[in-house]
Amino acid sequence: MKPTGRVWKFGDSISTDLICPGRYYHLRSNLNELAKHVLEDARSEFAGCVKKGDFIVAGANFGLGSSREHAAIIIKMAGISVVLAKSCARIFYRNAYNIGLPVILCDTVKINDRDELRIEMESGEIKNCTTGETLHFSPIPQIMADILKEGGLVSYLKKYGDIKI
Amino acid sequence: MRQFWGRTVGRTVVEKILSEHSGREVCAGEFTVAAVDLILAQDGTAPLAIDVFNQLGVGKLAIPGKSAFFIDHASPPPRRELANDHAKIRKFVSEHSAVIFDIGDGVCHQVMTEKCTSPGDILIGADSHTVTGGAVGAFAVGMGSTDVAVGLAYGKNWFRVPETFKILLKGMFSKAVFPKDLILHLIGLIKADGANYKCLEFTGESLRHMSIPDRMTVANMSVEAGAKCGIFPSDERTKMFLTELGREDKFRRIEADKDAEYEETIEIDLSTLRPMVSLPHRVDRVLPVDAPELKEIEINQIFIGSCTNGRIEDLRIASSIIKGKRKHENVRLIVIPASRLTFKQAMDEGILEIFNEFGASINNPGCGPCCGVHQGIPSDGENVLSTSNRNFKGRMGNPEAFVYLSSPATAAASAITGRITDPREGM
Ligand code: SF4
Repeated sequence: MKPTGRVWKFGDSISTDLICPGRYYHLRSNLNELAKHVLEDARSEFAGCVKKGDFIVAGANFGLGSSREHAAIIIKMAGISVVLAKSCARIFYRNAYNIGLPVILCDTVKINDRDELRIEMESGEIKNCTTGETLHFSPIPQIMADILKEGGLVSYLKKYGDIKI
Repeated sequence: MRQFWGRTVGRTVVEKILSEHSGREVCAGEFTVAAVDLILAQDGTAPLAIDVFNQLGVGKLAIPGKSAFFIDHASPPPRRELANDHAKIRKFVSEHSAVIFDIGDGVCHQVMTEKCTSPGDILIGADSHTVTGGAVGAFAVGMGSTDVAVGLAYGKNWFRVPETFKILLKGMFSKAVFPKDLILHLIGLIKADGANYKCLEFTGESLRHMSIPDRMTVANMSVEAGAKCGIFPSDERTKMFLTELGREDKFRRIEADKDAEYEETIEIDLSTLRPMVSLPHRVDRVLPVDAPELKEIEINQIFIGSCTNGRIEDLRIASSIIKGKRKHENVRLIVIPASRLTFKQAMDEGILEIFNEFGASINNPGCGPCCGVHQGIPSDGENVLSTSNRNFKGRMGNPEAFVYLSSPATAAASAITGRITDPREGM
Protein backbone atom coordinates (compact mmCIF):
# COMPACT_ATOMS: atom_id res chain seq x y z
CA MET A 1 0.00 0.00 0.00
CA LYS A 2 1.51 3.33 -1.10
CA PRO A 3 -0.96 6.15 -0.58
CA THR A 4 -0.02 9.48 -2.15
CA GLY A 5 -1.77 12.76 -1.52
CA ARG A 6 -1.75 16.24 -0.07
CA VAL A 7 -1.53 17.25 3.57
CA TRP A 8 -4.23 18.93 5.62
CA LYS A 9 -2.38 20.16 8.67
CA PHE A 10 -4.05 20.42 12.07
CA GLY A 11 -2.72 21.39 15.48
CA ASP A 12 -2.77 19.60 18.83
CA SER A 13 -5.85 18.29 20.66
CA ILE A 14 -8.28 17.83 17.79
CA SER A 15 -11.19 16.35 19.75
CA THR A 16 -13.95 14.13 18.42
CA ASP A 17 -16.22 17.12 19.11
CA LEU A 18 -14.23 19.07 16.51
CA ILE A 19 -14.23 16.15 14.08
CA CYS A 20 -17.88 15.22 14.52
CA PRO A 21 -19.74 18.00 16.37
CA GLY A 22 -22.40 17.13 18.93
CA ARG A 23 -24.85 19.54 17.34
CA TYR A 24 -25.15 17.06 14.43
CA TYR A 25 -25.97 14.21 16.78
CA HIS A 26 -29.21 13.60 14.90
CA LEU A 27 -27.26 12.86 11.70
CA ARG A 28 -25.40 9.86 13.06
CA SER A 29 -27.72 7.46 11.28
CA ASN A 30 -27.30 9.51 8.09
CA LEU A 31 -23.55 9.32 7.55
CA ASN A 32 -23.57 11.02 4.13
CA GLU A 33 -25.05 14.15 5.69
CA LEU A 34 -22.86 13.91 8.80
CA ALA A 35 -19.74 13.67 6.62
CA LYS A 36 -20.48 17.11 5.16
CA HIS A 37 -19.63 18.56 8.59
CA VAL A 38 -16.39 16.70 9.25
CA LEU A 39 -13.87 18.90 11.07
CA GLU A 40 -16.05 21.92 10.37
CA ASP A 41 -15.19 23.67 13.65
CA ALA A 42 -11.44 23.13 13.16
CA ARG A 43 -11.14 24.04 9.45
CA SER A 44 -14.35 25.08 7.80
CA GLU A 45 -13.07 24.55 4.23
CA PHE A 46 -11.92 20.98 4.86
CA ALA A 47 -15.09 19.03 4.03
CA GLY A 48 -15.64 20.91 0.77
CA CYS A 49 -12.08 20.79 -0.58
CA VAL A 50 -10.53 17.52 0.63
CA LYS A 51 -9.60 15.10 -2.16
CA LYS A 52 -9.54 11.34 -2.19
CA GLY A 53 -6.17 10.11 -0.96
CA ASP A 54 -5.30 13.24 1.04
CA PHE A 55 -3.76 13.03 4.50
CA ILE A 56 -4.61 14.55 7.82
CA VAL A 57 -1.42 15.50 9.63
CA ALA A 58 -1.96 16.55 13.23
CA GLY A 59 -0.11 17.36 16.41
CA ALA A 60 -0.52 15.65 19.77
CA ASN A 61 -3.51 13.70 21.07
CA PHE A 62 -5.56 13.54 17.89
CA GLY A 63 -9.12 12.27 18.40
CA LEU A 64 -9.34 12.82 22.13
CA GLY A 65 -12.70 12.65 23.84
CA SER A 66 -15.79 10.72 23.02
CA SER A 67 -15.91 7.14 21.73
CA ARG A 68 -18.02 8.11 18.69
CA GLU A 69 -16.71 5.90 15.90
CA HIS A 70 -18.56 8.21 13.52
CA ALA A 71 -15.56 10.56 13.85
CA ALA A 72 -13.21 8.03 12.23
CA ILE A 73 -15.87 6.98 9.72
CA ILE A 74 -16.53 10.47 8.37
CA ILE A 75 -12.81 11.18 8.05
CA LYS A 76 -12.52 8.06 5.93
CA MET A 77 -15.66 8.96 3.98
CA ALA A 78 -14.15 12.37 3.21
CA GLY A 79 -11.41 10.52 1.29
CA ILE A 80 -8.57 10.69 3.80
CA SER A 81 -6.27 7.70 3.26
CA VAL A 82 -4.07 7.99 6.35
CA VAL A 83 -4.06 10.08 9.52
CA LEU A 84 -0.60 11.03 10.78
CA ALA A 85 -0.29 12.42 14.27
CA LYS A 86 2.31 13.01 16.91
CA SER A 87 0.11 11.03 19.28
CA CYS A 88 -3.45 9.77 19.19
CA ALA A 89 -6.14 9.14 21.79
CA ARG A 90 -6.68 5.47 22.49
CA ILE A 91 -10.31 4.97 21.46
CA PHE A 92 -9.95 6.93 18.23
CA TYR A 93 -6.81 4.95 17.34
CA ARG A 94 -8.58 1.64 17.77
CA ASN A 95 -11.77 2.82 16.04
CA ALA A 96 -9.80 4.00 13.02
CA TYR A 97 -8.13 0.61 12.49
CA ASN A 98 -11.45 -1.16 13.07
CA ILE A 99 -12.93 0.66 10.08
CA GLY A 100 -9.80 0.35 7.94
CA LEU A 101 -8.36 3.85 8.40
CA PRO A 102 -4.64 3.73 9.25
CA VAL A 103 -3.29 6.11 11.88
CA ILE A 104 0.47 6.58 11.87
CA LEU A 105 2.24 7.95 14.90
CA CYS A 106 5.33 9.98 14.05
CA ASP A 107 6.96 13.36 14.50
CA THR A 108 4.73 15.57 12.36
CA VAL A 109 6.43 18.90 13.11
CA LYS A 110 8.30 19.06 9.81
CA ILE A 111 5.29 18.29 7.64
CA ASN A 112 3.51 21.41 6.37
CA ASP A 113 0.06 22.14 5.12
CA ARG A 114 -0.35 21.21 1.44
CA ASP A 115 2.89 19.17 1.29
CA GLU A 116 2.66 16.13 -0.90
CA LEU A 117 3.52 12.83 0.78
CA ARG A 118 4.01 9.26 -0.24
CA ILE A 119 3.63 6.68 2.51
CA GLU A 120 5.04 3.18 2.38
CA MET A 121 3.04 1.29 4.99
CA GLU A 122 5.14 -1.90 4.86
CA SER A 123 8.57 -0.33 5.24
CA GLY A 124 7.38 2.42 7.55
CA GLU A 125 8.55 5.32 5.40
CA ILE A 126 7.00 8.68 4.75
CA LYS A 127 8.45 10.51 1.75
CA ASN A 128 7.75 14.21 1.71
CA CYS A 129 7.78 14.94 -2.04
CA THR A 130 7.58 18.70 -1.37
CA THR A 131 10.54 19.05 1.00
CA GLY A 132 12.43 15.95 -0.06
CA GLU A 133 12.65 14.68 3.50
CA THR A 134 12.03 11.11 4.58
CA LEU A 135 10.46 10.22 7.93
CA HIS A 136 10.16 6.82 9.56
CA PHE A 137 7.53 5.29 11.76
CA SER A 138 7.50 2.14 13.90
CA PRO A 139 5.44 -0.86 12.89
CA ILE A 140 1.96 -1.17 14.34
CA PRO A 141 0.95 -4.11 16.56
CA GLN A 142 0.37 -7.33 14.60
CA ILE A 143 -3.34 -7.60 15.40
CA MET A 144 -3.95 -4.08 14.11
CA ALA A 145 -1.90 -4.71 10.96
CA ASP A 146 -3.99 -7.84 10.34
CA ILE A 147 -7.25 -5.93 10.84
CA LEU A 148 -6.07 -3.17 8.50
CA LYS A 149 -5.03 -5.70 5.88
CA GLU A 150 -8.60 -6.97 5.72
CA GLY A 151 -9.98 -3.42 5.53
CA GLY A 152 -11.43 -3.44 9.03
CA LEU A 153 -12.56 -5.63 11.91
CA VAL A 154 -15.82 -6.83 10.35
CA SER A 155 -14.08 -8.20 7.24
CA TYR A 156 -11.31 -9.61 9.43
CA LEU A 157 -13.83 -11.55 11.53
CA LYS A 158 -15.73 -12.69 8.47
CA LYS A 159 -12.50 -14.11 7.09
CA TYR A 160 -11.04 -15.67 10.22
CA GLY A 161 -14.20 -16.30 12.27
CA ASP A 162 -12.33 -15.40 15.45
CA ILE A 163 -9.77 -13.01 16.88
CA LYS A 164 -6.26 -14.35 16.41
CA ILE A 165 -3.66 -13.12 18.87
CA MET B 1 1.96 -14.01 41.55
CA ARG B 2 3.65 -14.72 38.28
CA GLN B 3 7.09 -15.80 37.23
CA PHE B 4 9.02 -13.33 35.16
CA TRP B 5 12.61 -13.90 34.07
CA GLY B 6 13.03 -16.38 36.87
CA ARG B 7 11.69 -14.15 39.66
CA THR B 8 8.28 -13.68 41.14
CA VAL B 9 6.54 -10.42 40.36
CA GLY B 10 3.29 -9.14 41.81
CA ARG B 11 0.39 -8.00 39.67
CA THR B 12 -1.55 -4.79 39.37
CA VAL B 13 -5.35 -4.82 39.63
CA VAL B 14 -5.79 -4.66 35.88
CA GLU B 15 -3.28 -7.48 35.30
CA LYS B 16 -5.23 -9.64 37.75
CA ILE B 17 -8.59 -9.01 36.10
CA LEU B 18 -7.32 -9.48 32.56
CA SER B 19 -5.49 -12.68 33.56
CA GLU B 20 -8.66 -14.14 35.09
CA HIS B 21 -10.62 -13.41 31.94
CA SER B 22 -7.93 -14.64 29.55
CA GLY B 23 -7.49 -18.06 31.10
CA ARG B 24 -3.74 -17.41 31.41
CA GLU B 25 -1.36 -15.09 33.16
CA VAL B 26 -0.87 -11.85 31.29
CA CYS B 27 1.17 -8.80 32.14
CA ALA B 28 1.49 -5.21 30.96
CA GLY B 29 2.34 -4.87 27.29
CA GLU B 30 0.92 -8.26 26.26
CA PHE B 31 -1.96 -8.74 23.88
CA THR B 32 -4.77 -11.05 24.90
CA VAL B 33 -8.30 -12.13 24.10
CA ALA B 34 -10.51 -11.87 27.17
CA ALA B 35 -14.13 -12.71 27.96
CA VAL B 36 -16.31 -9.75 28.90
CA ASP B 37 -18.91 -9.78 31.68
CA LEU B 38 -20.90 -6.69 30.78
CA ILE B 39 -21.50 -4.59 27.69
CA LEU B 40 -23.12 -1.18 27.36
CA ALA B 41 -24.08 1.07 24.49
CA GLN B 42 -26.00 4.33 24.51
CA ASP B 43 -28.35 6.02 22.06
CA GLY B 44 -25.51 7.84 20.27
CA THR B 45 -23.41 4.71 19.69
CA ALA B 46 -25.89 1.81 19.82
CA PRO B 47 -27.49 2.32 16.37
CA LEU B 48 -24.06 1.87 14.71
CA ALA B 49 -23.20 -1.03 17.02
CA ILE B 50 -26.47 -2.71 15.98
CA ASP B 51 -25.61 -2.26 12.28
CA VAL B 52 -22.15 -3.75 12.80
CA PHE B 53 -23.58 -6.60 14.88
CA ASN B 54 -25.94 -7.40 12.01
CA GLN B 55 -23.07 -7.30 9.51
CA LEU B 56 -21.15 -9.84 11.59
CA GLY B 57 -23.99 -12.25 10.90
CA VAL B 58 -23.73 -14.08 14.22
CA GLY B 59 -27.47 -13.82 14.79
CA LYS B 60 -27.69 -13.78 18.54
CA LEU B 61 -26.13 -11.97 21.44
CA ALA B 62 -23.43 -13.83 23.36
CA ILE B 63 -24.58 -12.51 26.75
CA PRO B 64 -28.04 -10.98 26.22
CA GLY B 65 -28.84 -10.52 29.93
CA LYS B 66 -25.56 -8.65 30.34
CA SER B 67 -25.89 -6.48 27.24
CA ALA B 68 -27.37 -3.16 28.34
CA PHE B 69 -28.71 -0.42 26.08
CA PHE B 70 -29.29 3.10 27.38
CA ILE B 71 -31.43 5.88 26.04
CA ASP B 72 -29.82 8.69 27.98
CA HIS B 73 -27.99 11.10 25.67
CA ALA B 74 -30.94 12.55 23.72
CA SER B 75 -33.57 11.61 26.18
CA PRO B 76 -36.46 12.24 25.62
CA PRO B 77 -35.58 12.77 21.95
CA PRO B 78 -35.64 16.39 20.73
CA ARG B 79 -35.84 15.38 17.04
CA ARG B 80 -37.48 12.90 14.74
CA GLU B 81 -34.16 11.35 13.63
CA LEU B 82 -33.26 10.63 17.24
CA ALA B 83 -36.71 9.24 18.03
CA ASN B 84 -36.18 6.83 15.14
CA ASP B 85 -32.76 5.82 16.51
CA HIS B 86 -34.44 5.09 19.82
CA ALA B 87 -37.11 2.99 18.15
CA LYS B 88 -34.36 0.99 16.42
CA ILE B 89 -32.67 0.31 19.77
CA ARG B 90 -35.94 -0.76 21.43
CA LYS B 91 -36.73 -3.13 18.57
CA PHE B 92 -33.26 -4.70 18.71
CA VAL B 93 -33.41 -5.10 22.47
CA SER B 94 -36.78 -6.80 22.34
CA GLU B 95 -35.78 -9.13 19.49
CA HIS B 96 -32.57 -10.16 21.26
CA SER B 97 -33.78 -10.22 24.88
CA ALA B 98 -31.18 -7.64 25.86
CA VAL B 99 -31.56 -5.15 28.70
CA ILE B 100 -32.81 -1.61 28.18
CA PHE B 101 -32.81 1.50 30.33
CA ASP B 102 -35.13 3.97 28.67
CA ILE B 103 -35.86 7.69 29.06
CA GLY B 104 -35.81 8.83 32.67
CA ASP B 105 -33.79 5.85 33.93
CA GLY B 106 -30.60 7.87 33.96
CA VAL B 107 -27.05 8.18 32.63
CA CYS B 108 -25.58 4.82 31.62
CA HIS B 109 -22.52 4.96 33.88
CA GLN B 110 -24.51 5.83 36.98
CA VAL B 111 -27.15 3.15 36.39
CA MET B 112 -24.56 0.56 35.40
CA THR B 113 -22.58 1.09 38.60
CA GLU B 114 -25.71 1.06 40.78
CA LYS B 115 -27.21 -2.05 39.26
CA CYS B 116 -24.71 -4.12 37.29
CA THR B 117 -20.96 -3.54 37.59
CA SER B 118 -19.18 -5.65 40.19
CA PRO B 119 -15.59 -5.95 41.41
CA GLY B 120 -13.41 -7.98 39.06
CA ASP B 121 -15.74 -7.60 36.08
CA ILE B 122 -14.69 -6.64 32.59
CA LEU B 123 -17.12 -4.06 31.25
CA ILE B 124 -16.79 -2.75 27.71
CA GLY B 125 -18.92 0.21 26.71
CA ALA B 126 -19.52 2.24 23.59
CA ASP B 127 -18.97 5.41 25.57
CA SER B 128 -15.66 6.86 26.68
CA HIS B 129 -16.79 7.35 30.28
CA THR B 130 -17.37 3.63 30.73
CA VAL B 131 -14.21 3.96 32.86
CA THR B 132 -16.51 5.08 35.70
CA GLY B 133 -16.95 1.38 36.54
CA GLY B 134 -13.36 1.32 37.81
CA ALA B 135 -14.75 2.83 41.01
CA VAL B 136 -15.95 -0.60 42.15
CA GLY B 137 -12.79 -2.44 41.10
CA ALA B 138 -13.92 -3.45 37.62
CA PHE B 139 -11.83 -3.21 34.46
CA ALA B 140 -14.20 -0.89 32.64
CA VAL B 141 -13.12 0.43 29.28
CA GLY B 142 -14.58 2.67 26.58
CA MET B 143 -14.56 1.49 22.97
CA GLY B 144 -16.20 2.32 19.67
CA SER B 145 -19.34 0.79 18.24
CA THR B 146 -17.51 -1.87 16.20
CA ASP B 147 -15.56 -3.19 19.18
CA VAL B 148 -18.72 -3.25 21.25
CA ALA B 149 -20.56 -5.07 18.45
CA VAL B 150 -17.81 -7.71 18.56
CA GLY B 151 -18.41 -8.02 22.31
CA LEU B 152 -22.15 -8.35 21.71
CA ALA B 153 -21.60 -11.08 19.11
CA TYR B 154 -18.75 -13.06 20.66
CA GLY B 155 -18.77 -12.19 24.38
CA LYS B 156 -15.09 -11.32 24.15
CA ASN B 157 -12.62 -8.97 22.51
CA TRP B 158 -8.89 -8.37 22.28
CA PHE B 159 -7.01 -6.16 24.69
CA ARG B 160 -3.51 -4.92 25.20
CA VAL B 161 -2.76 -5.12 28.92
CA PRO B 162 -2.01 -1.53 29.92
CA GLU B 163 0.93 -0.37 31.99
CA THR B 164 -0.22 1.20 35.24
CA PHE B 165 0.42 4.51 36.94
CA LYS B 166 -0.01 4.27 40.69
CA ILE B 167 -1.77 7.32 42.09
CA LEU B 168 -0.99 7.26 45.77
CA LEU B 169 -3.44 9.31 47.80
CA LYS B 170 -2.73 10.46 51.33
CA GLY B 171 -4.39 12.83 53.77
CA MET B 172 -7.96 14.08 53.75
CA PHE B 173 -9.81 16.69 51.72
CA SER B 174 -10.11 20.06 53.43
CA LYS B 175 -13.42 21.88 53.67
CA ALA B 176 -15.13 22.55 50.30
CA VAL B 177 -12.59 20.45 48.40
CA PHE B 178 -13.92 17.37 46.66
CA PRO B 179 -12.94 14.40 44.48
CA LYS B 180 -13.71 16.54 41.41
CA ASP B 181 -10.97 18.93 42.53
CA LEU B 182 -8.59 15.99 42.95
CA ILE B 183 -9.14 14.70 39.44
CA LEU B 184 -8.98 18.19 37.89
CA HIS B 185 -5.71 18.73 39.77
CA LEU B 186 -4.33 15.40 38.51
CA ILE B 187 -5.32 16.12 34.89
CA GLY B 188 -3.72 19.56 35.15
CA LEU B 189 -0.58 17.86 36.43
CA ILE B 190 -0.20 15.08 33.85
CA LYS B 191 -2.18 16.77 31.03
CA ALA B 192 -4.85 15.46 28.68
CA ASP B 193 -2.51 12.92 27.09
CA GLY B 194 -0.34 12.26 30.14
CA ALA B 195 -1.83 8.85 30.76
CA ASN B 196 -2.59 7.95 27.14
CA TYR B 197 -3.14 4.24 26.98
CA LYS B 198 -2.21 3.70 30.65
CA CYS B 199 -4.24 2.44 33.58
CA LEU B 200 -4.53 4.82 36.52
CA GLU B 201 -4.70 2.79 39.72
CA PHE B 202 -5.76 4.84 42.75
CA THR B 203 -4.55 3.65 46.10
CA GLY B 204 -3.32 4.81 49.49
CA GLU B 205 -4.58 5.60 52.97
CA SER B 206 -7.11 8.20 51.76
CA LEU B 207 -9.27 5.52 50.18
CA ARG B 208 -10.65 4.75 53.63
CA HIS B 209 -12.41 8.12 53.46
CA MET B 210 -13.51 7.88 49.86
CA SER B 211 -16.96 6.47 49.16
CA ILE B 212 -17.82 4.75 45.88
CA PRO B 213 -19.62 7.86 44.58
CA ASP B 214 -16.42 9.83 45.35
CA ARG B 215 -14.38 7.25 43.46
CA MET B 216 -16.81 7.34 40.52
CA THR B 217 -16.09 11.03 39.92
CA VAL B 218 -12.36 10.30 39.85
CA ALA B 219 -12.55 7.13 37.73
CA ASN B 220 -14.98 8.87 35.35
CA MET B 221 -12.49 11.58 34.43
CA SER B 222 -9.43 9.32 34.17
CA VAL B 223 -10.15 9.23 30.43
CA GLU B 224 -9.65 13.00 30.38
CA ALA B 225 -5.97 12.26 31.04
CA GLY B 226 -6.04 9.77 28.18
CA ALA B 227 -6.21 6.70 30.44
CA LYS B 228 -7.62 3.40 29.25
CA CYS B 229 -9.09 2.86 32.69
CA GLY B 230 -9.11 4.41 36.14
CA ILE B 231 -9.36 1.72 38.74
CA PHE B 232 -9.77 1.51 42.51
CA PRO B 233 -9.17 -1.60 44.61
CA SER B 234 -12.31 -3.25 45.92
CA ASP B 235 -12.37 -2.84 49.71
CA GLU B 236 -14.64 -2.26 52.71
CA ARG B 237 -16.15 0.85 51.10
CA THR B 238 -16.98 -1.19 48.01
CA LYS B 239 -18.69 -3.76 50.23
CA MET B 240 -20.73 -1.02 51.94
CA PHE B 241 -21.81 0.40 48.59
CA LEU B 242 -22.91 -2.96 47.19
CA THR B 243 -24.67 -3.85 50.44
CA GLU B 244 -26.69 -0.61 50.39
CA LEU B 245 -27.85 -1.48 46.89
CA GLY B 246 -28.74 -5.08 47.81
CA ARG B 247 -25.82 -6.51 45.84
CA GLU B 248 -23.56 -7.65 48.71
CA ASP B 249 -23.28 -11.11 47.11
CA LYS B 250 -21.30 -9.49 44.30
CA PHE B 251 -18.57 -8.27 46.62
CA ARG B 252 -15.08 -9.64 46.36
CA ARG B 253 -11.86 -8.07 47.47
CA ILE B 254 -9.39 -7.13 44.75
CA GLU B 255 -6.19 -5.23 45.23
CA ALA B 256 -2.77 -5.10 43.66
CA ASP B 257 -0.01 -7.30 45.02
CA LYS B 258 2.42 -5.43 47.25
CA ASP B 259 5.23 -5.93 44.77
CA ALA B 260 3.22 -5.10 41.65
CA GLU B 261 5.18 -3.15 39.06
CA TYR B 262 4.14 0.37 38.12
CA GLU B 263 5.39 2.52 35.32
CA GLU B 264 5.18 5.59 37.50
CA THR B 265 3.99 6.62 40.95
CA ILE B 266 2.34 9.97 41.59
CA GLU B 267 1.71 10.96 45.18
CA ILE B 268 -1.00 13.45 46.07
CA ASP B 269 -1.72 14.83 49.52
CA LEU B 270 -5.44 15.60 49.51
CA SER B 271 -5.10 18.10 52.34
CA THR B 272 -3.06 20.41 50.09
CA LEU B 273 -5.68 20.56 47.30
CA ARG B 274 -7.85 23.58 46.59
CA PRO B 275 -11.12 23.86 44.65
CA MET B 276 -10.16 23.71 40.98
CA VAL B 277 -11.66 25.04 37.76
CA SER B 278 -10.94 23.82 34.23
CA LEU B 279 -10.92 26.56 31.58
CA PRO B 280 -12.26 26.43 28.03
CA HIS B 281 -11.55 24.61 25.73
CA ARG B 282 -9.18 22.16 27.41
CA VAL B 283 -9.87 19.99 30.43
CA ASP B 284 -6.18 20.17 31.42
CA ARG B 285 -6.16 23.99 31.59
CA VAL B 286 -6.86 24.11 35.31
CA LEU B 287 -6.54 26.86 37.88
CA PRO B 288 -7.44 27.10 41.54
CA VAL B 289 -10.83 28.75 41.94
CA ASP B 290 -9.31 31.82 43.62
CA ALA B 291 -6.89 32.53 40.76
CA PRO B 292 -7.07 36.22 39.75
CA GLU B 293 -7.81 35.20 36.12
CA LEU B 294 -11.16 33.79 37.22
CA LYS B 295 -12.31 36.70 39.37
CA GLU B 296 -14.26 38.58 36.73
CA ILE B 297 -15.70 35.66 34.77
CA GLU B 298 -19.45 36.09 34.61
CA ILE B 299 -21.43 32.91 34.18
CA ASN B 300 -24.65 32.67 32.17
CA GLN B 301 -25.57 29.04 32.66
CA ILE B 302 -24.72 26.47 35.31
CA PHE B 303 -25.24 22.74 34.91
CA ILE B 304 -25.21 20.47 37.95
CA GLY B 305 -25.45 16.88 36.78
CA SER B 306 -23.82 14.30 34.43
CA CYS B 307 -22.07 10.99 35.04
CA THR B 308 -19.28 12.91 36.76
CA ASN B 309 -21.27 14.83 39.36
CA GLY B 310 -24.99 14.17 39.19
CA ARG B 311 -25.21 11.86 42.17
CA ILE B 312 -27.19 12.34 45.37
CA GLU B 313 -24.01 13.26 47.27
CA ASP B 314 -23.40 16.06 44.74
CA LEU B 315 -26.96 17.33 44.91
CA ARG B 316 -26.82 17.30 48.73
CA ILE B 317 -23.69 19.46 48.75
CA ALA B 318 -24.98 21.88 46.13
CA SER B 319 -28.39 22.24 47.77
CA SER B 320 -26.84 22.85 51.19
CA ILE B 321 -24.94 25.80 49.69
CA ILE B 322 -27.89 27.43 47.94
CA LYS B 323 -30.50 26.76 50.62
CA GLY B 324 -32.16 29.99 51.71
CA LYS B 325 -30.14 32.01 49.17
CA ARG B 326 -31.20 33.73 45.97
CA LYS B 327 -30.03 32.75 42.53
CA HIS B 328 -28.24 35.49 40.64
CA GLU B 329 -30.66 36.97 38.13
CA ASN B 330 -28.29 36.54 35.17
CA VAL B 331 -27.70 32.83 35.74
CA ARG B 332 -29.77 29.94 34.46
CA LEU B 333 -29.32 26.84 36.64
CA ILE B 334 -30.03 23.40 35.23
CA VAL B 335 -30.08 20.48 37.66
CA ILE B 336 -30.25 16.87 36.48
CA PRO B 337 -30.12 13.89 38.85
CA ALA B 338 -27.98 11.16 37.25
CA SER B 339 -30.44 8.33 37.75
CA ARG B 340 -34.00 7.47 38.72
CA LEU B 341 -32.71 6.40 42.12
CA THR B 342 -30.90 9.72 42.56
CA PHE B 343 -34.05 11.54 41.48
CA LYS B 344 -36.13 9.70 44.09
CA GLN B 345 -33.59 10.30 46.84
CA ALA B 346 -33.42 14.00 45.95
CA MET B 347 -37.21 14.18 46.00
CA ASP B 348 -37.54 12.33 49.32
CA GLU B 349 -34.85 14.46 50.97
CA GLY B 350 -36.47 17.73 49.88
CA ILE B 351 -33.49 18.60 47.70
CA LEU B 352 -35.52 19.10 44.54
CA GLU B 353 -37.70 21.52 46.46
CA ILE B 354 -34.66 23.56 47.47
CA PHE B 355 -33.49 23.74 43.86
CA ASN B 356 -36.97 24.60 42.68
CA GLU B 357 -37.35 27.43 45.23
CA PHE B 358 -33.93 28.70 44.21
CA GLY B 359 -35.11 29.01 40.61
CA ALA B 360 -33.41 26.01 39.01
CA SER B 361 -34.75 24.11 36.04
CA ILE B 362 -34.88 20.43 37.05
CA ASN B 363 -34.78 17.97 34.17
CA ASN B 364 -35.32 14.24 33.91
CA PRO B 365 -32.41 11.88 34.66
CA GLY B 366 -30.08 11.61 31.65
CA CYS B 367 -27.10 13.39 30.13
CA GLY B 368 -28.87 16.73 29.73
CA PRO B 369 -26.81 19.47 28.05
CA CYS B 370 -23.45 17.72 28.64
CA CYS B 371 -22.82 16.69 25.03
CA GLY B 372 -24.67 19.40 23.18
CA VAL B 373 -27.79 17.62 21.96
CA HIS B 374 -30.54 19.25 24.00
CA GLN B 375 -31.71 20.65 27.34
CA GLY B 376 -29.51 23.72 27.54
CA ILE B 377 -27.33 24.65 24.56
CA PRO B 378 -25.64 27.96 25.39
CA SER B 379 -25.90 30.94 23.05
CA ASP B 380 -22.94 32.55 21.23
CA GLY B 381 -20.40 34.10 23.54
CA GLU B 382 -21.92 32.71 26.73
CA ASN B 383 -19.99 31.23 29.64
CA VAL B 384 -21.16 27.98 31.16
CA LEU B 385 -20.00 26.45 34.42
CA SER B 386 -20.61 22.72 34.43
CA THR B 387 -20.01 19.83 36.80
CA SER B 388 -19.57 17.50 33.82
CA ASN B 389 -16.25 16.30 32.44
CA ARG B 390 -15.53 17.98 29.10
CA ASN B 391 -15.22 21.55 27.89
CA PHE B 392 -13.95 21.06 24.33
CA LYS B 393 -14.92 23.65 21.79
CA GLY B 394 -18.44 22.83 20.65
CA ARG B 395 -18.97 20.22 23.34
CA MET B 396 -22.21 21.74 24.56
CA GLY B 397 -23.57 22.24 21.07
CA ASN B 398 -22.18 25.71 20.35
CA PRO B 399 -18.55 26.27 19.29
CA GLU B 400 -18.96 29.98 20.14
CA ALA B 401 -19.67 29.25 23.83
CA PHE B 402 -17.15 28.77 26.66
CA VAL B 403 -17.41 25.91 29.14
CA TYR B 404 -15.72 25.87 32.55
CA LEU B 405 -15.70 22.76 34.75
CA SER B 406 -15.86 22.56 38.53
CA SER B 407 -17.21 20.63 41.50
CA PRO B 408 -20.89 20.89 42.43
CA ALA B 409 -19.92 23.06 45.43
CA THR B 410 -18.16 25.61 43.24
CA ALA B 411 -21.07 25.49 40.77
CA ALA B 412 -23.61 26.11 43.55
CA ALA B 413 -21.63 28.97 45.10
CA SER B 414 -21.34 30.53 41.63
CA ALA B 415 -25.10 30.28 41.02
CA ILE B 416 -25.59 32.71 43.89
CA THR B 417 -23.06 35.29 42.72
CA GLY B 418 -23.24 34.93 38.94
CA ARG B 419 -19.47 34.57 38.65
CA ILE B 420 -16.97 31.82 39.41
CA THR B 421 -16.92 31.70 43.18
CA ASP B 422 -14.80 29.96 45.79
CA PRO B 423 -17.12 27.60 47.69
CA ARG B 424 -14.95 27.96 50.79
CA GLU B 425 -16.35 31.48 51.24
CA GLY B 426 -19.87 30.29 51.98
CA MET B 427 -19.39 26.91 53.65
S1 SF4 C 1 -23.33 12.75 31.12
FE1 SF4 C 1 -22.03 13.59 29.52
S2 SF4 C 1 -20.10 12.52 29.71
FE2 SF4 C 1 -21.60 11.36 30.88
S3 SF4 C 1 -22.34 9.78 29.48
FE3 SF4 C 1 -23.70 11.54 29.30
S4 SF4 C 1 -22.89 12.78 27.61
FE4 SF4 C 1 -21.28 11.35 28.24
